[in-house]
Amino acid sequence: MSTPRRKRNPLPAIAQAGPVSLWMILFVTLPMLFIIYISFMTRGTFGGVEYTPTLEAYKTMMDATYFAVILKSLQVAVVTTLVCLLLGYPFAYFIARKPPETASRLIMLLMIPLWTNSLMRLNAWMLLFQTNGPVNKFLLSAGLIHSPITFIYTDGLVLLGLITNFLPFAVLPMYSSIEKLQTAMLEASADLGAKPSVTFRKVTLPLTFPGIFSAIILTFIPALGTYTITDMLGGGKVLYIGNIIKNQFGTIRNWPLGAALSVLLLVITALLIFLYSRFARIEDMEVL
Amino acid sequence: MAKNRRQQRRRRGKFWSNLYAVLIYGMFYLPVLVMIQFSFNDAKRNYSWEGFTTQWYGKLFSFGNHDLWESLAYSLIIAVLATAISVVIGVLGGLGLKKFEFRGKRFINLMLYVPIVVPEIVLAVAMLIIFMTVGIKLGLGTIVVGHCTFCIPYAVVTIKGRISGDNDTLQEASMDLGANRVQTFWRVTIPSILPGITSAAFLSFTLSIDDVIMSNMLASARQSTLPVLILSVNRTGITPDINALTTIMVAVMLLGLLVLNLIRRALRKREERLEAAERLSVSSGQ
Amino acid sequence: MADSIVSLRHVDKWYGDNHVVKDLNLEIMEGEFLTLLGPSGCGKTTTLRMIAGFEDASGGIIEVQGERVEEKEPYQRDVNTVFQNYSLFPHMTVFDNVAYGPTIRKVPKAKIKEDVTRMLALVQMSGYERRKPDALSGGQKQRVAIARALINNPRVLLLDEPLGALDLKLRKQMQIELKRLQRKLGITFVYVTHDQEEAMTMSDRIAVMKDGVILQVDAPLDIYDRPNCRFVADFIGESNILDGTVISVDDGLLTVETPDGILTSRGEGFQAGEKICVSIRPEYLSVSRQPAEGFTLRAVIRDFINMGTVIKTNLDLPSGQEIRFSRFELDPDLREGDELYLCWDPAKSVPIHLDPEEVSP
Repeated sequence: MSTPRRKRNPLPAIAQAGPVSLWMILFVTLPMLFIIYISFMTRGTFGGVEYTPTLEAYKTMMDATYFAVILKSLQVAVVTTLVCLLLGYPFAYFIARKPPETASRLIMLLMIPLWTNSLMRLNAWMLLFQTNGPVNKFLLSAGLIHSPITFIYTDGLVLLGLITNFLPFAVLPMYSSIEKLQTAMLEASADLGAKPSVTFRKVTLPLTFPGIFSAIILTFIPALGTYTITDMLGGGKVLYIGNIIKNQFGTIRNWPLGAALSVLLLVITALLIFLYSRFARIEDMEVL
Repeated sequence: MAKNRRQQRRRRGKFWSNLYAVLIYGMFYLPVLVMIQFSFNDAKRNYSWEGFTTQWYGKLFSFGNHDLWESLAYSLIIAVLATAISVVIGVLGGLGLKKFEFRGKRFINLMLYVPIVVPEIVLAVAMLIIFMTVGIKLGLGTIVVGHCTFCIPYAVVTIKGRISGDNDTLQEASMDLGANRVQTFWRVTIPSILPGITSAAFLSFTLSIDDVIMSNMLASARQSTLPVLILSVNRTGITPDINALTTIMVAVMLLGLLVLNLIRRALRKREERLEAAERLSVSSGQ
Repeated sequence: MADSIVSLRHVDKWYGDNHVVKDLNLEIMEGEFLTLLGPSGCGKTTTLRMIAGFEDASGGIIEVQGERVEEKEPYQRDVNTVFQNYSLFPHMTVFDNVAYGPTIRKVPKAKIKEDVTRMLALVQMSGYERRKPDALSGGQKQRVAIARALINNPRVLLLDEPLGALDLKLRKQMQIELKRLQRKLGITFVYVTHDQEEAMTMSDRIAVMKDGVILQVDAPLDIYDRPNCRFVADFIGESNILDGTVISVDDGLLTVETPDGILTSRGEGFQAGEKICVSIRPEYLSVSRQPAEGFTLRAVIRDFINMGTVIKTNLDLPSGQEIRFSRFELDPDLREGDELYLCWDPAKSVPIHLDPEEVSP
């Protein structure tokens, strides 16, 4: 004689997980699918889109000028990521090895500058590196240069802006990972005869690798698609992928091209995430 | 206590690592200090330092300066709306996704990471295309929707990180004592994750108020948010009254944090005093 | 006569204002199994870590094999540690974990393989080379941790409460295995635990610690039969401790007056008029239903505790103090509330000098 099984009430699940699922599908999945769709369409005569399938947008992307921009954006993003990792890891390590209360205060201290408007911070870098600004004045008075260097509106300044902007976002996941590293592991390694440099190479680095990879994802991809930083510090003279995409939807009105470039960014992102899931062995990304 | 060589080595190491940390913090705070400094700059445009003045703070609060305050108000309204919606959906979602299993859950989890990882320009453009194709007019509504779309995932992740395993046990205990699901939700679940909710709210608010790309792309021509305004005047030069405004904003946030801390400490002291009084009454009553 | 292999002389450790290890002196003999035993916070783990090199001594001298080691980093000392939570490297296989020490020392690959195989066989973990730590049970992780430490041929092995996380049956099994291993290899083991039964089972000598000081260092049976202070008497095994004043001393036989009656005990170095306490183990008490020769103490049964192996009877003395005796079998007619008379062989009770703080109230 079997007892009738009580049907699990689906209402709580729907009430809680429903809205977020709906929102994500409506405002993330659908737009993403649509943009992929658009990238394969033709540019409309007066702007907008003509729904005739073509690979025109992708061909334009491969064109020399655009391709150069893509390449430069990739270069800049790679350099930014590397510098953020190199500067950020020791910093994250420093904070992570402190007692928990001190560490959270240090993290708070790190977050406070992020409460200021990011554009104003970028503006501050502009002011510092202006032709008659403090940096140039200092270099001149120290006799290191003879005439002011033009820092503004160059790739170099954009790079600096990128690094200072993304460094906190590189530090956080690495901090999280290093913090989880048990001191006993390091003691065990030393106990077995490993010098600090060997311990770092064989124990610390492999065990904090998920954090490092998270940092890479949170730095490389936004740096690749950046638009405001290049606009503020580059003044329109320095063009990266982000600017070009923006322009396609503003003045130039080539939607499919903008869409195609966006798809490119999506593909690169997806590739990185795939690599992450392979190497980091974590089912739920502990990105934050 | 004599210091041997090993301890000396360690002290030297500490010196260098402290120095490194200070330099990095310096790099983070330098632009902030510059921003504050130039809010006191005696010059029309923020090109170089000319002298100290508080005129820009005065000008800020004078009657002529509408644009700045309007865009700030616009930004605040959007931020409050976006935070409210994001926290509600995000907290519910975080709870639901942690607890329940359903078909497509992995898909939704994946979708949640898209706004976090994908460059904002791609998200903004995608939403722009859909809105324009469907014929939705750009304006406050679309901006709020855009902000929510990247705030909700952050809220969900924050909440998921704060829910510990014994959340289930608490709910079971509550229902065992006679409370139904709704009562349990309001009396037990929400209070137990309150720190997570405040974290998520704070995070959403900060992200929304600082946002440029979404606010730019999904905006109507008439009104722009504060960051978009700053971006547009960047070409002609940012005036010090903007510096003054953003300095005030940061000061307000810091003050708010300080006040919150003081309140928390005062509440804790009150708790301790009550506990001590209770202990006294118990022991003297014996 | 074995030599001292680890020497701690006037070792002090401060954590800020906290004096956690106070002027500690200890000579650990080569080849012995010595346990540092004490309650939480007594400084036993800190002492072990100072020998290993994870903590600096605030003062004093630490010698391993005759050489001073205070300046040496952990990787320069010829001691190895088995950690409380095993601390196996999660990203390495069992093989790589055990091979870690030799790999660092650039031992040839063929020899490493040989040694690792031998070590794993020694701890009965052969065949587990390719496994990762997260696929092992607690007991298995423990054995790998031991193999990982021993493969480096340390003269001294330090063990920091290694069996704490295991369930009772497994713990008892591992205690025997560890003891056998130590005997077989002849290596000095310095073991830290708060479990006195564990210490009694495994050690050649036990050093009982409290508040940063070593109270007594002796072989287990000596500590059990002749505790030198109230704390040790109370901490090791079960004990009834009665306070009283010495009335007379007659060639080692002490007559002691207590609030509950006159007792006798055997001990040297006591004077008439001295306030002392007397410790008597529950298993050494004899009982009688009638007052008889020597049965001077009267007590009323409060309750029984049946442990399976022994039955413990708790009684109340007239002064209100509890006293307990234990037996394998008990007279079934005994009931709560019954009156019994107690006595014991004076040689089986231990008179103990009071601590200076206890003497003046």
